[in-house]
Amino acid sequence: MSTQVTEQETETEEQSSHQRRRLEEKAERAASRDRMRERAENDLDEADTTFTLKVFRYDPEIPEKEEPRFDTFEVPFTKGMTVLDSLMYARDHYDSSLTFRHSCRQAVCGSDALFVNGTQHLGCKTQVVDLGDDGGVPGEIRVEPLPHQEVVKDLVVDMEHFYDQMEAVEPYFDADELPDGMEEQRQTRENREKIKMSSRCIWCGACMSSCNVAAGNNEYLGPAAINKAYKFAMDEREGENRKQERLEIIEQEHGVWRCQTQFSCTEVCPKDIPLTEHIQELKREAVKNNLKFW
Amino acid sequence: MSQSYDRGLVEDFGRWREFSAGMWAWVFHKFTGWVLVGYLFTHIAVLSTATISAEAYTQTIVGLESLLVIRFLEVGLLAVAVFHILNGLRLLFVDLGVGLEAQDKSFYASLALTGAIVVASVPTFLAGAV
Ligand code: SF4
Ligand code: FES
Repeated sequence: MSTQVTEQETETEEQSSHQRRRLEEKAERAASRDRMRERAENDLDEADTTFTLKVFRYDPEIPEKEEPRFDTFEVPFTKGMTVLDSLMYARDHYDSSLTFRHSCRQAVCGSDALFVNGTQHLGCKTQVVDLGDDGGVPGEIRVEPLPHQEVVKDLVVDMEHFYDQMEAVEPYFDADELPDGMEEQRQTRENREKIKMSSRCIWCGACMSSCNVAAGNNEYLGPAAINKAYKFAMDEREGENRKQERLEIIEQEHGVWRCQTQFSCTEVCPKDIPLTEHIQELKREAVKNNLKFW
Repeated sequence: MSQSYDRGLVEDFGRWREFSAGMWAWVFHKFTGWVLVGYLFTHIAVLSTATISAEAYTQTIVGLESLLVIRFLEVGLLAVAVFHILNGLRLLFVDLGVGLEAQDKSFYASLALTGAIVVASVPTFLAGAV
C-alpha cells in the first residue's frame, strides 16, 4: 500500500539533517494516520448505525494500483450525512490517497457528480438515508466515477470533452444590437420564466454520462450543451440574427437530432432541468425554421 | 495522464437492472422495430410462391398455419407490433412536447395495454391448432 520512496543513506551533514527532518515528518504523518484510524474506531463503536462505502479505485501512475478495484470503508452514519460527507470521512480517517473532486458542498459548483449505486448523483446533494430501501441507512453504498468518461484517478474523470461540447454552442449572451443609453438589458418576466430552468445548469456532466447516445457518439453535443443553447436561443433579447446562428449550431447533424428521448439525462440532472423537454422544443424550432410553404 | 482501459461492467448493458423506464422503452422500441423489419422480409419468401401458381401459395399458407409453432410466433408478432404502435404514439406525444412528465407512466401503460391485447388474442390465434 505504501507509496513512499525508500530513503537513501547520505553522507554530508546537510543532507543528513534534511533527511532527519523528512523522517520526522514521515513519522508525524504516520502518527496522525494512526490517530485518525483510532478516532474512526471510536466513532464506529459509538455510532448507532454504520454502513459500508464501496469505492472504485484506480491510479495509472502506481503499478500496484493500475488494476481497477474496489476498496471498502466502514463509515459511521451521522444525521444529514451525504455521500460526499462519507467519502470525506473515508479519506480523512482511512486513506488520504482517496481522490475525488468537490468544492462547494451545496450543489453549486458541479464538481462531484458520481456514479452512486448505478446512477449519476451529485455527491453533496445525495443523502445517505435516501439510498436505503425504506428511508433507512443502506448497508452498502457503491461509488464509482462517472461512466463514459476517462478515469484520471479513483473518482476523478476527465471532463475535457464535456467542456468542449459546452463551448461548441457558444454559451454566452451575445445580442445583435445593444439598446442605447442604457446599460441594462431588460428581459420580460415571461421570457425569464421560460429560460429559468435551463439557466440552472452547474456543468456537472451527470446528464452526458447517463446518455447512451452520447456514449456511442463523441460528436453529439449532448444534453447539457443543447440545454445551454436553449437558454440563449430562447432569450428574446438576442435578436433574430443571433437566434438563426444558434439554430444552425443546434440543427447540425450531431445536434438535437441525435437525441432519442431515452429521458436518462432528465432523470439524473441534480438541478431538475427538464432536459428532454428542452431538446424536443428545439427540434420543433428547427423544423419550423426550415419549413417553408411556397 | 490517464489511459483508457476497459472499465468492465461500469458502462455496458450488463447494467440493465439499473435501467429506467425511458431507457427500457427505447430498448424495446428498437428491438420490436427490427423484428418488424425482419417480418417484412419473410413476406418475400411466402408471397413469391404465388408466382408459381395460386395453389402453391394456398398450400404454403395452409402448411404454415397448421404448425403450432407458427401460431405461437403469430401471437409474438402481434405483441411486437402492438407495443411498437403504442410506444410509437407515446413518442409522437413526446415529440410534440405533450405530457413529458408522464413519459414513464405512458410507457407502463403501453406495456399493460400490449399485454391485455395479446392475452385477448390468444384464443383467436390458437383456434383449431390446439
Ligand atoms: S444539465 Fe443538469 S446534469 Fe447536465 S451538466 Fe447541467 S446540471 Fe449537470
Ligand atoms: S461539491 Fe459543489 S456541487 Fe457538490
